[in-house]
Amino acid sequence: MLINEDVLGRIFSGWTSILRKCVFRVLRVGPIPCHVAIIMDGNRRYAKRKRLEEGTGHDAGAMALLYLLVYCYELGIKYVTAYAFSIDNFKRNPEEVQKIMDLMMESVFLLARLSKVCSLRVHFAGNLQLLSADLRTAAKKLMENTAGNSNLVLTICVSYTCSDEILHAVEESCKEKTETTGRDDESVIKLADIEKHMYMAVAPDPDILIRTGGECRLSNFLLWQSCCCHLSSIFTVWPEFGVLHLVKVVLDFQHKYSYFARKKNAIMELENG
Amino acid sequence: MLSLRFAIPTANTLIPSKNKPKPGLVVQSGWNQTDLLSSLPKRYDYKLQAATADLTDGRASMADKEVELPEGLSRELMPKHVAVIMDGNGRWARQKGLPASAGHEAGVKSLREMVELCGHWGIQVLTVFAFSTENWIRPKVEVDFLLSLFERALKSEMESFQKSGIRISVIGDSSKLPTSLLGLINEVEETTKNNTRLQLIVAVSYSGKYDVVQACRSIAERAKDGQIQLEDINESLIEQELETNCTEYPYPDLLIRTSGELRVSNFLLWQLAYTELFFAQELWPDFGKEEFVEALSSYQQRQRRYGGRHS
Repeated sequence: MLINEDVLGRIFSGWTSILRKCVFRVLRVGPIPCHVAIIMDGNRRYAKRKRLEEGTGHDAGAMALLYLLVYCYELGIKYVTAYAFSIDNFKRNPEEVQKIMDLMMESVFLLARLSKVCSLRVHFAGNLQLLSADLRTAAKKLMENTAGNSNLVLTICVSYTCSDEILHAVEESCKEKTETTGRDDESVIKLADIEKHMYMAVAPDPDILIRTGGECRLSNFLLWQSCCCHLSSIFTVWPEFGVLHLVKVVLDFQHKYSYFARKKNAIMELENG
Repeated sequence: MLSLRFAIPTANTLIPSKNKPKPGLVVQSGWNQTDLLSSLPKRYDYKLQAATADLTDGRASMADKEVELPEGLSRELMPKHVAVIMDGNGRWARQKGLPASAGHEAGVKSLREMVELCGHWGIQVLTVFAFSTENWIRPKVEVDFLLSLFERALKSEMESFQKSGIRISVIGDSSKLPTSLLGLINEVEETTKNNTRLQLIVAVSYSGKYDVVQACRSIAERAKDGQIQLEDINESLIEQELETNCTEYPYPDLLIRTSGELRVSNFLLWQLAYTELFFAQELWPDFGKEEFVEALSSYQQRQRRYGGRHS
């Protein structure tokens, strides 16, 4: 088990922390993405390469996510969404699935500690009914306890696929509209009706979607929300994703910022018009 | 946290290197496509059927018209459905000091070449993003030109579509299209509906979000009329109501976007769940056979796991 609470102390102290803050101060001269989404791919390959026990790749991945949260907090990124476990992943080896669920449980407790240090709000997006009762209860409790925090919002997509999310939103919208007996135009489903029922409604659309591990596909992650965001596929496996990778991604974003801002405004005009 | 481990390159791998694909570097040893197919999400069930049906249905008879594949490409690993975001016509024209209309005309030539290659290489469906809902905000002169270009292209190519066995389908919000274009689209769709060599789906005034919203509206109507119960709503029902219900293979295996832009731009959102993405540096009018081979070669080397593990 690679995660422990000492790591929190290590991240925030030392000369690397000072150097990092200097670099971030320079980056903040330009626009900073509001929301970064990540497909954390490559944990298993990392464990294989380092000849670690099977399953410890995911521990290293959880640690990398913890570090990323701190970097985002220091850089001023407001929303981080991480693809922790897809509904499709349930068809993996049951031992691997159980290890990930156990890791998720431990992470819930660690995030509870971190949330007090940096006013972190934690949200779990996905079909939580597919999780064990214990994990579901712990997750819901963490969501309630951190609902008032606002410095940084971490959304963990667990038991999630975007098609399941859209399906859920469509079901809720249909249920709502079939009960509507008002004017005809009130009973017609609009874009906003579907969006308000999405699991990801707590956050704005991501500005950047990063996939580590070198694959170039979305794997049913934030298909709806990433329709216009910048995609970044990085060869590095997730446990090795660090501050320089983040800096490079943010620099790419800043390079294309004026184009994105124009597109976003145009889309909002179209959707509201 | 700085450390020596950042000797690992941080380059964005979405932009392919310029190395030519090596022959023989196509199939990973030990990767059995049949094993993969058996663990596909339900929406890909057609792949299992198609894998056996192709040997017996009419499409196999087109094999005598399919030309030799370029070196390095394997027919068995050819994607069934390729989607393309044809980006870069405007920039191409500006680089050459030409008006935007010249860029779009050059884009049509590129599309013609790609349609021919898909037909020859056994690709069943080609979906192209011709005009997005966001494109309506472009200058009226350009929009009018694009719509008239589309109308002219449909008229002039109708006979050639028939001869080549190409079926045309048009998806998107038709409410904003001129009546003359709508009439022509219906005529072309009707005339070519029995062609089987290649289905060319042209997305005009299309938005992936709009597609899902209109599917949702249809489902809500059916629920209100009592045709279906709310509990019956599932992914399969949504799939049936999406505009890509005009094809047997609604999910692209490969999406190509030209001009180096790294985003999906509201194209086929639901349908892109497991699609392999390929971002080409070339502008669309410069995207030809060589670049298409590079995209297909990259696709054929990828391991598609659909959330599972295959080793």
